[in-house]
Amino acid sequence: MAMIQAQDIVKAYELGGQIVRALDGVSLHIDAGEMIAVRGPSGSGKSTLMNILGCLDTPDSGQYVLAGEDVSKLSGNRLAEIRNQRIGFVFQTFNLLPRMSALENVELPLLYAGRQAEARAAAIRALQTVALEDRMHHQPNQLSGGQRQRVSIARAIVTDPAIVLADEPTGALDSHTGAEIMQLFRNLNRQGRTIIVVTHDPAIARYCRREIYLCDGRVAVPPVPLELAAGVAP
Amino acid sequence: MMIWIIVKVALRSLWANRMRSVLAMLGIIIGVTAVIFVLALVAAAKANMMGRISAMGTNLLVVSPGQRGTGGVMSGQQQNLTLDDAEALIKKVSQIRDLAPVVRGSVQAKHLGKNARTSLMGTSVTYFPIRNFEIEKGRLFNDAECDAMSRVAVIGSTTAENLFGQEAACNEFIKLNGINFRVIGVLKSKGDQGWFNPDDQVLIPYSVAMKQVVGIDYLNEIDIRANSETELATIQDLATKLLRKRHHLQDDLDNDFNIRNQAEILQMADNMNHILALLAGGIASISLLVGGIGIMNIMLVTVTERTRENGVRKAIGAKDRDILRQFLIEAVIMSASGGVIGVLAGLVLAAILSMATTLQATVTSFSIALGLGFSMSVGIFFGYYPARRAAKLNPIDALRYE
Repeated sequence: MAMIQAQDIVKAYELGGQIVRALDGVSLHIDAGEMIAVRGPSGSGKSTLMNILGCLDTPDSGQYVLAGEDVSKLSGNRLAEIRNQRIGFVFQTFNLLPRMSALENVELPLLYAGRQAEARAAAIRALQTVALEDRMHHQPNQLSGGQRQRVSIARAIVTDPAIVLADEPTGALDSHTGAEIMQLFRNLNRQGRTIIVVTHDPAIARYCRREIYLCDGRVAVPPVPLELAAGVAP
Repeated sequence: MMIWIIVKVALRSLWANRMRSVLAMLGIIIGVTAVIFVLALVAAAKANMMGRISAMGTNLLVVSPGQRGTGGVMSGQQQNLTLDDAEALIKKVSQIRDLAPVVRGSVQAKHLGKNARTSLMGTSVTYFPIRNFEIEKGRLFNDAECDAMSRVAVIGSTTAENLFGQEAACNEFIKLNGINFRVIGVLKSKGDQGWFNPDDQVLIPYSVAMKQVVGIDYLNEIDIRANSETELATIQDLATKLLRKRHHLQDDLDNDFNIRNQAEILQMADNMNHILALLAGGIASISLLVGGIGIMNIMLVTVTERTRENGVRKAIGAKDRDILRQFLIEAVIMSASGGVIGVLAGLVLAAILSMATTLQATVTSFSIALGLGFSMSVGIFFGYYPARRAAKLNPIDALRYE
């Protein structure tokens, strides 16, 4: 079953008076339950693709169908709802909110969804999934980098979204902690979550079963094909 | 999102920047304090003035000579108000209950070694009831003493204290500009009226005052009492006609005297209070405006600082109105707490004023509601623009913001 169906996505920016086609007709298909890497050198358009797949932005042309709904031409507030219900974000720099405990951070998406009643229990469950329930009353600045990233993963999965979108999730972590985080993603994937990891790092992409390689705004064949993990950790 | 969660987040963020928040509130605090305090002050001053004006006597008309000189050049009072005028008034205007001729002067009063500069009032016995004076010790002088030009004096309580200290004043002699007078009574205190202290004066029969002490043959004032307030206008009208006739004024000439009734004096006092209140309102509005700008300024800084945080909130599903509410509520919390602090400060100032002076400065619930309402509206008005700016941020740019 197709979770993501993108057709001829085009997105152009004006940069210093010049029109740059960041995405120049990208088509892709991601099934439910996949763990997939979006890889490419800097300037390849992977950030732009992530923004569009994450419903932070809409394409200039082309069609993007997420979990059966065409989201290519929705308004800002409708996109906010889609992000809230269908997408979980994991950022390179964690982006947890200061002055709020881990638990409150994880609750937040449910509060924006108007699901106050279930927020507390769901947030605790999500923190248990990332094995951080004993730190749930700590503030972000009292947690290590790896712990913070686990909190943000808990926040990403608390609404039970269609896809988890991770943008360089190990970029701010040491390689050991990074490996732990990638292992956590794999475990989530085994539980049936669809996970998209945007990265420039082949080592990270190797954790995924499939990769989409971007170059100059198009899907391309990677210069050096990766030996992707076939369900086994490297 | 539930309102109390927004409030909780807002309070935490304000607390995290508490110094800044308090500084931003300062303008509102000062503005609301000014509103509360000045309104209390104006009300107290008004009550005080009204009290004193009615203490001056009720159903009162005061006839005084006109100003000398023509056009804009004034050079002192005319000398055309006479005892005959007073007699004619009481005879011909039947609505007048009673009247008192008044001559004024300033004298040096002496008793043994003590010496005091005080004001002299030459009048008749009717003056006391007309002006609400009551006797504390001794007695008032009577008509016979007026006619006989007896050298008797009734003195105010302050004057008595100045000249006699704690000793009894009655039947003692005092010298007024060198002439001996026997003190026959001391008046009850009425309290200082600011521009004039009714407790510091010496009252003697007008006949003696005119011929022997001040040395004039005209009156400074005629005080008229009506039976009721409704007759004041009639009396004013009839007295004006009579005095014009007696002073042989042609139709095209202005009055050479003034007749003021108490309602007019009250009106004047009221106008003054009104001007005072407007002035206070002006000052308060300006400080609330400045306070509002202060809050807007801080909110703009906060919005910029939290750009990335807003980006994250939007990424995980916050809608424009969620962000708008968050910042608007922060601004309103700031301005409303400023308002509350201002109200408290105003109450404290009013209490201090009431304790330190004779003014009774009471803060009404109206002025509290006004202060709080104003501060809330300032928060909404000046918080809206920064909040809207935060709400309209593009999440991609916000997430990329360093």
